[in-house]
Amino acid sequence: MTGIDLPAVTGLWCVAAFLGLAGLAVAAGPSKIATPLIYGGALVVAVVALGAALTCFLSSGPPWTLVLPIGLPGIGARFRIDALSAFFLVVVNLGAAVTSLYALGYGRHEETPARVLPFYGPFLAGMNLVVFADDAFTFLLAWEFMSLTSWAIVLARHRDPASGRAAFIYLVMASFGTLCLLLGFGLLAGPAGGYAFETIRLASHTPFTTTLAVVLALLGAGSKAGLVPLHVWLPLAHPAAPSHVSALLSGVMTKVGVYGFIRIVLDLAGPPNPWLGLVVLTLGGITATIGVLYALMQHDLKRLLAYHTVENIGIIFIGLGLTLAFRANGMNVAAALALTAALFHVFNHSIFKSLLFFGAGAVLAATGERDMEQLGGLIHRMPQTAVAFLIGCAAISALPPLNGFVSEWLTFQAILVSPDLPQWGLKLTVPAAGALLALSAALAAACFVKAFGVTFLGRPRSSAAKVANEVDTFSLTAMYLLAAICFLAGVLPGFVIDALSPVMAMLVGDTMPQQVAVPWLSIVPIAESRSSYNGLVILTFLIASGTMTAMVIHRFATRATRRSAIWDCGFPLDAPQTQYGSASFSMPIRRVFGTAVFSVHERIDMPRPGELRAGSFHLRVIDPAWRLAYGPIARAVTAASLSLNRLQFLTIRRYLTLVFCTLIALLVMVAAWR
Amino acid sequence: MALILDLFLQLIQMVLVVAIAPAVIGVTRKVKARLLRRVGPPVLQPYRDLWKLMHKEAVLADNASWIYRTAPYLIFAATWVAAALVPSYATGLLFSWSADLIAIVALLGTARFALALAGMDVGTAFGGIGSSREMMIASLAEPAMLLIVFTVALVAGTTQLSAVATVFSAGTAGLRVSLGLGLFAFLLVAIAENARIPIDNPATHLELTMVHEAMVLEYSGRHLAMIEAAAALKLVLYFSLIICLFMPFGIAGPGAGLSDYLLGIVAYLAKLLVLAVLLPISETTVAKMRVFRYPLFVGSAFAAAALAVFLLFVSKGF
Repeated sequence: MTGIDLPAVTGLWCVAAFLGLAGLAVAAGPSKIATPLIYGGALVVAVVALGAALTCFLSSGPPWTLVLPIGLPGIGARFRIDALSAFFLVVVNLGAAVTSLYALGYGRHEETPARVLPFYGPFLAGMNLVVFADDAFTFLLAWEFMSLTSWAIVLARHRDPASGRAAFIYLVMASFGTLCLLLGFGLLAGPAGGYAFETIRLASHTPFTTTLAVVLALLGAGSKAGLVPLHVWLPLAHPAAPSHVSALLSGVMTKVGVYGFIRIVLDLAGPPNPWLGLVVLTLGGITATIGVLYALMQHDLKRLLAYHTVENIGIIFIGLGLTLAFRANGMNVAAALALTAALFHVFNHSIFKSLLFFGAGAVLAATGERDMEQLGGLIHRMPQTAVAFLIGCAAISALPPLNGFVSEWLTFQAILVSPDLPQWGLKLTVPAAGALLALSAALAAACFVKAFGVTFLGRPRSSAAKVANEVDTFSLTAMYLLAAICFLAGVLPGFVIDALSPVMAMLVGDTMPQQVAVPWLSIVPIAESRSSYNGLVILTFLIASGTMTAMVIHRFATRATRRSAIWDCGFPLDAPQTQYGSASFSMPIRRVFGTAVFSVHERIDMPRPGELRAGSFHLRVIDPAWRLAYGPIARAVTAASLSLNRLQFLTIRRYLTLVFCTLIALLVMVAAWR
Repeated sequence: MALILDLFLQLIQMVLVVAIAPAVIGVTRKVKARLLRRVGPPVLQPYRDLWKLMHKEAVLADNASWIYRTAPYLIFAATWVAAALVPSYATGLLFSWSADLIAIVALLGTARFALALAGMDVGTAFGGIGSSREMMIASLAEPAMLLIVFTVALVAGTTQLSAVATVFSAGTAGLRVSLGLGLFAFLLVAIAENARIPIDNPATHLELTMVHEAMVLEYSGRHLAMIEAAAALKLVLYFSLIICLFMPFGIAGPGAGLSDYLLGIVAYLAKLLVLAVLLPISETTVAKMRVFRYPLFVGSAFAAAALAVFLLFVSKGF
């Protein structure tokens, strides 16, 4: 019996309640009350679960464990809450609660609610269970359950061929990921089959096993989180789902993937080789840059956000790679700093990515458009959504004084500690990762100037955008709630860092300095003389100097204002298509990185003088991951299946010979093995 | 009492940078005009321009949103706060710890974000072209700037500007290859970020090559005054950064007396004057670049800064 017994059990009951919502959804059928019933129920359960998770997270007690007599014989289903899982439970259930609130309004626009509602509760239950799990079997079962329920939701609009393709690719990648995790857990459990995490943690692993398990975890959890080149399913599947589920997939489920990686690599697999840090760091840097560059090229608002998730996963993995490198060299304080930065970014990203997907969903509900080239001027028609979306854009672009800046700043501080690392390879990789991180942070700002500018500013590019109306109160409340968290976590980051310190104590054996004790609520990662940041003072100064200037000018100069037609240097053009759109905004960056990163196909069809047809410009940007990583695999599979096709047309004698030869070969193998 | 004195010193810094900014612009314009054998406007002309603009009626496009009206103040405030946090005449000011060099760079990013959005607000081709190009330049210049920050931080062992200035003014860091590369990269970044030749021409209008001017094309009256003032402040900020990082001699340390502060202010103004004369000289010797050659220009800053950081990661002796 520990102090967090009651909240932990409550959390587990909430999982059961989430599962129960599936039954309720089936029972309610296509009736009108089904949507408010399920999302309202999910909201209540998620709020209870969030309360329970917060209680566990903020009370620093010993871990809570529970064994239920279901699951594998002899092991049972084990559940455990320690500091790490409590943190991720907070992330999952905060996302679930806000999403359910949003869906109370947004769900009304759902075309086929009967295809979404039965899977919504189980999906939330699956994500919770992954974090609860304390043995490999429960973990994998919950992981697969989470994948399948979310797959079902991605397939909700199954008549759209693009949705079907996205769901198929998602299913293949999810199975691949689970296979990798299965093999990884198999290695860690050893021949004795100690599948309980407690057994794995205490067992001593050979360096070879550890390395292989970490690589498998990187592939398995990385494919769920969206590491390049395993990210290809993500920009297809996340936008295909209804927007509130997109928010869950991008904001929360990718974080469950990160949880899986942290759990296996930092907790279970034992002390890693420092070179693994290098691998993770490199992958993180590449993922961050590629993700944001491809996000910049998208003109589908939801796909842009999905690609941008890939970037943020890269930032998180840069932090995790630094953690691995520092921990392997015994630099525990630096490791605590890097891991804090990564986990802070996990929290931040779950907040602002959900907010942005909600905003995209609101735009979709109001206009029926996801294509930015058909939007524009929505700030006049949807002022409330615009404010919330703008705050999300500023936060994800790492602008002070919002929360995204704090976690990137902490990552930069961790990079600046790394010249003390002894390995040469790491010494040279870390600054490269730092440069990539800086590049992706700057590109992210460009990406969200485009996302906000093209969608909400300027003049409407279609009649749908011209007549859009503001969305309902539930959706707005959910968005403003998240925007407020963006502000709070950015202005008072010290509290978040302090709350995270039990996780550091558990995983790297040291913590960052206590932040609440620092005067003026500043944050100081290492020492005051080294670096400090105070979002509160910055915000106060910004507001004070901005309003003061405005007041002085209005009072002592003039506040006279006149409205007039657009000037545009004397040649205003009425056609809204003459504005800068999505493709034209990103054109300079496409040119700069075009040859190196993208497979861009541009085709210009310019009518000759005297011809009366319209000119056209076609642009196709293809993710090179398809060509480089998946093209060879697909070709190999096709070639193999074509040549094996002959085996289907043999005579009975040949089949018997084949069976006989196989048997002999296996016997020889067994004999050789002995 | 000590707190009031500290507040007063911080206030002097805040007022000083705002008060001096138009004069710095005036000096660069005057020197440039003289180099081109023109008489040029008086040094104090920018003050008169600002005064005039502030008293004029602001004309807004019919479909301008609240972003268009608030952005000038936000841009000015963010630039001002950033400029107030760079030690100019004294280190260890009251609020110097509230943001380090990385945060100052990011604050300028906030100002740029607001400016780029304001450029897209009315929905004209000029505004869009400016915003798009500004973000392209920034996406290359900002990482270069952060790598310069890394260089400085690795040499000085801190990202806190006050502490950096203290370390460098003590002279223990000495002459270093990495700092030389850093200075080179910083000059390129400063030119790109302040929209000077060869990246952008602050005097141009109605040219398809313009960047900053295209974004603010629709602005008028007090809003334009705020943006112009912010641009001047940004130039002063970059000059102050050069002064603070690469020539911090004469800066008043912690616990200095009145004469030290006065000496610090005089030294700061003298150094500003030197830089304000050097900038137009460099501007008159080169031609404006084509837009798609910018990546080469800013990319060389990035490469130099990256080299400096790599050298420092290899050995702290560089």
